[in-house]
Amino acid sequence: MSLETRQAPAGSNAVLAAGFSDPVHDAQRCFRALMNAMAQPGKRQTYDASQLKPPVPLTPMGAALALTLFDYDTAIWLDPGLARSLDVLAFLRFHTSAPIVSTPVEASFAIVSDPAQMSALSNFNQGSADYPDRSTTVILLNQTFSTDEHVELSGPGLKEPESFSSTPVPNGFWRQVQANNAQYPRGVDLVFAGTDKIAALPRSTRISPKGA
Amino acid sequence: MTYAPQTPSESAYNFAYLDEQTKRMIRRALLKGIAIPGYQVPFASREMPMPYGWGTGGVQVTASIIGKDDCLKMIDQGSDDTTNAVSLRGFFKKTAGVATTFETADASIIQTRHRIPEKPLREDQVIVFQVPIPEPLRFLEPRETETRKMHGLEDYGLMHVKLYEDIAKNGHIATTYAYPVKVNGRYVMDPSPTPKFDNPKIDRMPALQLYGAGREQRVYAVPPYTDVKSLDFEDYPFEVQSFDKPCGLCSAEGVYLDEVILDDHGGRMFVCSDTNHCEERRAQGLTGPMAAAPTAAQLSDGNEPKPETRT
Repeated sequence: MSLETRQAPAGSNAVLAAGFSDPVHDAQRCFRALMNAMAQPGKRQTYDASQLKPPVPLTPMGAALALTLFDYDTAIWLDPGLARSLDVLAFLRFHTSAPIVSTPVEASFAIVSDPAQMSALSNFNQGSADYPDRSTTVILLNQTFSTDEHVELSGPGLKEPESFSSTPVPNGFWRQVQANNAQYPRGVDLVFAGTDKIAALPRSTRISPKGA
Repeated sequence: MTYAPQTPSESAYNFAYLDEQTKRMIRRALLKGIAIPGYQVPFASREMPMPYGWGTGGVQVTASIIGKDDCLKMIDQGSDDTTNAVSLRGFFKKTAGVATTFETADASIIQTRHRIPEKPLREDQVIVFQVPIPEPLRFLEPRETETRKMHGLEDYGLMHVKLYEDIAKNGHIATTYAYPVKVNGRYVMDPSPTPKFDNPKIDRMPALQLYGAGREQRVYAVPPYTDVKSLDFEDYPFEVQSFDKPCGLCSAEGVYLDEVILDDHGGRMFVCSDTNHCEERRAQGLTGPMAAAPTAAQLSDGNEPKPETRT
């Protein structure tokens, strides 16, 4: 691929947005926040991604996670909102070289910019009994963590059951998560990316609904 | 883009030696490992500038998670100042320039070869284990294709047969290290060759546990507060080693002790395997029956290196 074709594709006049200013340590800090989030399900971890100015609808936190996790080894799936944006495609292709796939089941990572409309979790790769690690990690953008208690979490990483809530999510989402986690050790892992906070729900967490 | 020179580390190498693509690959494997406690995630282990068996798995895990602000403690069989610990600590000092410590409480990352510190770990700490053979079923079934299926089907009968044969031959379960555990009620895991004395510590441990096996190319993890049960039978419950004497130098009881030969006339003593724990107790004025013995002088003072402190 020549250098010219690496620039933003035709139809876009945007200059390619920059990646991490300090790739080594920014990625390390972002990873540690994500690792702690995965190890302590539902607990919010802080990471300041405001230095990144990725093209919309990709958010700074979504871009930080992409720069931290993706490379030529990871097939990624983008929800329609992201996949429509040539600037987002150019940004991800340039900074991560990750192949972008069109079917969720092929993806090792999925980014969802409009979680309220997201497709069912069962459409993503669930991993196999022999290789449960091959399932998709689904990253939900634009999340707001609230004090409304939607679900109660228990299991590995949690000293005591904790309540958790994150919006927006589609109707019936928590039932889907419950079904996903019931097939442990298979199933997808979820990452909730807010503005400066991230939380995660690995498949190992047991989920019971609270109220609605 | 600016790449700040990494002083005082070896600036010809990337921070913490590994290149960024390798770190990303290991980080992704670690995330899956954390999401599936006890499951061994394959990863593309790299050649490291040290031989297999020296802790290449643990080193790669540590290199992938460590940051500038971390404080690293490195132990080998509980000791901060034996060959393996000294050289691996030196490796990270050189390549990452991070602070190192002997104090369990000061460390944010503890990399260990076959012991868990006596002092309880905290939620904000990570313990990284160096693992030689990650597959608990390997000596029972040499084929990876089969052991993978056995894990997939949760078929662990063979492991119980092995423990039963122990009882049939010896009257008790004779496995004393690498004692198999069941993690989160699902995967049977090898807690690396730590003495079974340490098995109760990994059950619902507040710190995150990461395991790395370099030659075998596997990482696995146990998140904080995960149920980890040592396999046993109702009539032969799991029990840990007990020692009839306290530590010879610091009189600690209920800790794991090492035998130290003092002379060639059968003189010996038992001392804490966790050297930092022992030194801390002696600094508090607690002394054991052998602390003043001339034969043990070399161990109780004199040759002891000054503990490093965080800078």
